[in-house]
Amino acid sequence: MDAQRNDPSPAVEMGEGRMMDEGELDFGFAQEVSAEPGGEGIVKCFACGSCSAGCPVRRFHPTFNPRRIIRMVLLGMRDAVLRDPFVWLCATCFTCQERCPQGVRIADLMRALKNLALRSGNMPEGIPMQVNLLREKGTLYPLDEFDNKKRTKAGLPPLPGAHEDVGVLLGDLADLGRPKEE
Amino acid sequence: MENKTYALFLGCTIPARVRQYEQSVRAVAQRLGIRLVDLEGFACCGFPLEPVDHHAALALGARNLALAEEAGLPICTLCSSCTSALCEVSRTLSRNEEERERTNRLLAKIQRRFQSPVEVRHFVRILLEDMGLDRIREACVRPLDGIRLAAHYGCHLLKPTEIHQGFDSVEDPRVLDDFIRSTGAVPVDYSRKKQCCGGSVLMADQRTALEIARDKLAELRDLEVDALVVVCPFCGVMYDSNQKVMEKIFEETYGIPVLYLPQVLGLAMGMEEKTLGLKSHAVKTKGLLEKLQAQAEG
Ligand code: SF4
Ligand code: SF4
Repeated sequence: MDAQRNDPSPAVEMGEGRMMDEGELDFGFAQEVSAEPGGEGIVKCFACGSCSAGCPVRRFHPTFNPRRIIRMVLLGMRDAVLRDPFVWLCATCFTCQERCPQGVRIADLMRALKNLALRSGNMPEGIPMQVNLLREKGTLYPLDEFDNKKRTKAGLPPLPGAHEDVGVLLGDLADLGRPKEE
Repeated sequence: MENKTYALFLGCTIPARVRQYEQSVRAVAQRLGIRLVDLEGFACCGFPLEPVDHHAALALGARNLALAEEAGLPICTLCSSCTSALCEVSRTLSRNEEERERTNRLLAKIQRRFQSPVEVRHFVRILLEDMGLDRIREACVRPLDGIRLAAHYGCHLLKPTEIHQGFDSVEDPRVLDDFIRSTGAVPVDYSRKKQCCGGSVLMADQRTALEIARDKLAELRDLEVDALVVVCPFCGVMYDSNQKVMEKIFEETYGIPVLYLPQVLGLAMGMEEKTLGLKSHAVKTKGLLEKLQAQAEG
């Protein structure tokens, strides 16, 4: 049995070997991220590394590192950040955010980066399915007849449904499920 | 203290996949006189939409808050992520006028409106604040003497601090250990106590997610705990349902049953295994129950 690992892409490893070309930088990127909810405090980061020190994902993944991601954003490495799967690795555990001496809302910032990455089509495979389930059923695990039988057997009450309006509410969300037209 | 009525917010995972948690919550609430009502219309809390679109997530969360407000009931959550998501929506929308207006424009499409903050608390917090540890201790008529239990706090029961104000310390949490102690069991201290279960990394990188979870299970195996105690379905699924997967991948054994805190309380209150759904776990609870039985007879 084997578990899948997202291999670090060359873009992320560039700090170790390759020199960045200024032409690859987008100097408006930090501004763009600051404008997202949660991204506001990013410029206050003084690179102390407290966030990375306590990050559980950094301990086990070869390249994920929140301080480094923040540096990359501030430097304007737009493509390297938004095209790489690594923004999706953040577990939203808030350990970093609780400890940042500068009050950078790092977990919220990671969410903002995910929102931006998704808009350019970078997302884990499972996301479109989740979005469609929520839109159609209002829940990630719709109860079928089998589940309801099991609930009755366990002495649990039937649950009142009535979340058809979720589809209307989420109607404006882009249809992520459809393959992108090239 | 008065016994209040709450709208029970189950979220997506529990009713379909973690029935044993729901069973034990309902049983313990009933025993203690906490009234839980199933409200029509509750849907997903919005948390899974956060990485997709923050504003859509807020709207989905706010839809639930509006339903509770219409019913005039505070919300009782069982999932730590639902707790944190709904608290965050309530806080953001009451403080940020721009977000509130934006959300209410969306909610208007379904004839709903967010008006004012709604009280949202995790069942554990309700137990602590409405009942208190003394009353819990009194209700534990069959103490779990000698059983070694490790508490897993997870991330969203306590973090981010500003939305769970004053509940428990993020860096030195105690509340779950206190509950364990109140049942007569021994709370086991361990170095990875505050570590995330890794569950939310599963979709992006399965290997890393399982390595994070494995780290805790390996430490607990070495400490010979009788069970790990959780208060969130994500953490429960990660450590229980995926434990066999981890044993295969990392070629080692853990054998650690994963119990939800209300199941532990229910056991100490003398409830039946069946009432608490103790047979519905991937990692069997049989050894633990036999140890309890032997203790009681001993
Ligand atoms: S802890 Fe805060 S200030 Fe330190 S590197 Fe991380 S984001 Fe920057
Ligand atoms: S919130 Fe994300 S970046 Fe911060 S410590 Fe947790 S996993 Fe690491």
